[in-house]
Amino acid sequence: MPTFVKMTRCDGCGECVDICPSDIMHIDKTIRRAYNIEPNMCWECYSCVKACPHNAIDVRGYADFTPLGSSVRVHRDEEKGIIAWRIIFRNGKKDMELIAPITTKPWGTGIPDLNSASEPSSEMRDSHLLYNEPKYIRMDEGGLHTLESNKLVMKEGVYY
Amino acid sequence: MAYKTIVEDNIDLLVAGAGLGGTGAAFEARFWGKDKKIVIAEKANIDRSGAVAQGLYAINCYMGTRFGENNPEDHVRYARMDLMGMVREDLLFDMARHVDSTVHQFEDWGMPIMKNQETGAYLREGRWQIMIHGESYKPMVAEAAKKSADKVFNRICVTHLLMDESQENRVAGAVGFNVRTGNYHVFKSKTVVVGAGGASNIYKPRSVGEGAGRVWYAPWSSGSAYGLMIEAGAKMTQMENKIVLARFKDGYGPVGAYFLHLKTYTQNCDGEEYESKWFPELTKMVGKEYLDTENQHFSHKPIPTCLRNHAFINEVNSGKGPIHMVTMEAFQDPHLEEIGWHNFLGMTVGQAVLWASNDVDPKHENPELTTSEPYVMGSHATGCGAWCSGPEDVSPDEYFWGYNRMTTVHGLFGCGDAVGGTPHAFSSGSFTEGRLAAKAAIQYINDGKAEGITVTSAQIDKRREEIYKPMETYKVYRNHITAGSVNPYYINPRQGLDRLQKMMDEYCGGVTVSYMTNEKLLNIGLKKLGVLADDWDGGIAAEDIHELLRAWELKHRILTSESVMQHTLFRKETRWPGYYYRGDHMKLDDNEWHVLTVSRRDPDTGKYTMEKAPLYHLIGEEDEK
Repeated sequence: MPTFVKMTRCDGCGECVDICPSDIMHIDKTIRRAYNIEPNMCWECYSCVKACPHNAIDVRGYADFTPLGSSVRVHRDEEKGIIAWRIIFRNGKKDMELIAPITTKPWGTGIPDLNSASEPSSEMRDSHLLYNEPKYIRMDEGGLHTLESNKLVMKEGVYY
Repeated sequence: MAYKTIVEDNIDLLVAGAGLGGTGAAFEARFWGKDKKIVIAEKANIDRSGAVAQGLYAINCYMGTRFGENNPEDHVRYARMDLMGMVREDLLFDMARHVDSTVHQFEDWGMPIMKNQETGAYLREGRWQIMIHGESYKPMVAEAAKKSADKVFNRICVTHLLMDESQENRVAGAVGFNVRTGNYHVFKSKTVVVGAGGASNIYKPRSVGEGAGRVWYAPWSSGSAYGLMIEAGAKMTQMENKIVLARFKDGYGPVGAYFLHLKTYTQNCDGEEYESKWFPELTKMVGKEYLDTENQHFSHKPIPTCLRNHAFINEVNSGKGPIHMVTMEAFQDPHLEEIGWHNFLGMTVGQAVLWASNDVDPKHENPELTTSEPYVMGSHATGCGAWCSGPEDVSPDEYFWGYNRMTTVHGLFGCGDAVGGTPHAFSSGSFTEGRLAAKAAIQYINDGKAEGITVTSAQIDKRREEIYKPMETYKVYRNHITAGSVNPYYINPRQGLDRLQKMMDEYCGGVTVSYMTNEKLLNIGLKKLGVLADDWDGGIAAEDIHELLRAWELKHRILTSESVMQHTLFRKETRWPGYYYRGDHMKLDDNEWHVLTVSRRDPDTGKYTMEKAPLYHLIGEEDEK
């Protein structure tokens, strides 16, 4: 279901243009509002719908196989850390509200800046370890798995 | 043309394409290269780009060694079996031994991972899958990448890699254009990690109207991982190993959580189980080693994805369609019903819209399934990609040439879809591969392997001219006609894509021929593809910068398709029934073809050479039994 933009709500701010992974939300030069320039390259990923500050973007199912009249709306809130959906069936008989968390921490605070991580030792450089390893592999003192530690060999031939 | 040339110089590590693999590379590179210049070039906006743009409801690759669940070699055995033996077990083992550390970091970063209330472990969907609320998966890893990178260039369509002119077969950066400003961007870099994506839309999709966008893999996955590397002369492997997915019809909504967590199951139009009746004949095709229905259950070996597709396809072709997913039992439980819907909202919203608009309530109706058109990628149940070096402590000599995840082009690394022979990496494994590639790339620089790189302005100017040529073509010939899209001198990117999809479908085993091909068909296909490539070179036209983007995506799709056809022609057996069939060699042939296929396209002549590479297996006591 490709996206469409509501004339009375869009102010041409370009948030959707900025986020669309498919480069199909563009600003119409005459009316100076956004629209979907290539519906058959729309994955209906809702990135633009979530990003629009005016709730101006909605989706009408792909004409090939989607009848008119249903609705799937979304509101994503980074401050509250949740995403809220509402699904209404074409026949109106089903109307669901579904809420899911999008983060367990205040948005963005849990991600480290590796510029300030301590410099890896030359021993670590020569090893097969990555950042935060070996600790993060098992969250204990265990080391990295190797062929030797797991009693394995690489053999040429037909094995199943 | 008035487009500016913008040069970013002295880059140490350039990430070309920042989905899950590329963000992993950028993030990790900073740790090993504190003083290094790390730059990202991304076609879209890294906050919502790549296959995980709309989120994920599961992380499909997690060992759980911490909870005593699996060891890395268990995952290798699983992937080996699922891919009918054809995987790079060194790369897979390496990915699997690191992937848990990636997932544990994601949890630190704020990823909501569901927990098993009884055990305290992550909630398992299946043996390898854990369930998450991953709507913000991509913004989260993008944040990590942004903190590490010196610069992020969004909206750059990378068209070519730059090559060193002082030392043969060594990478020197990349070039591309900004899809908004149109400016030409040159990235001079000591190393490049290709994190670009696999290919959707090279086969005619089942839906050809607006619904062509609702492909299983993202429509913006334009095979650029392969297009870039093939064009630079990197060797590729297992490009014949395309994937077909059994999914909810039309919306291609995921079935993993449905099968594994909700315990739904499939049946034919008469409400019968249908898989087992196709298996005896199938066992004759592939051999008892790969499908032993009597003993499979006891050996705990899964039935390979392709073989289950085979039963599906044959059942439908025998007149017993549609195949239904039996949801009516599970959905009576309100909790499971909610999970069923959340699963779509978290990763394939379109399927929810489709059901809502068709009034399909899975509580009262069993939805239809279908098998998709083929896709070419390397991180799901398929392993297309570049022939890369493995890690020193695991890889045999034939699989090792100095730096982990380095392709056969010096300084050119891969991760995610770009790396061949590593199926079942999924999101977490792709991010992990990016981390591995980044560490190796920094080491490569520190070892002095990137000294003395020369890029002349002649190379840069030549690429610039090539990049904008489709716009020149349009300008020159547009006014030859009154109006419209029919022009005797050029085709537009959509017309070229339609032609590509039709020929791949008909000659290389697409849906309309039930995934069937043979040597004669492939030879005709290759000839037609060659002509399409010529038409592209001489007569692709772009009306504006957006069409220029589509033109270059088409170029990458054509390069990918040629490789797929060459590989499919080379492997004279049917290794993966249910993914595709070689009608002239309908059986699996372990005597001749228990090998990996490796190809190289000569960048100067365009000529292909094919070879067989030995297949090494990871063998432990359990395998010797």
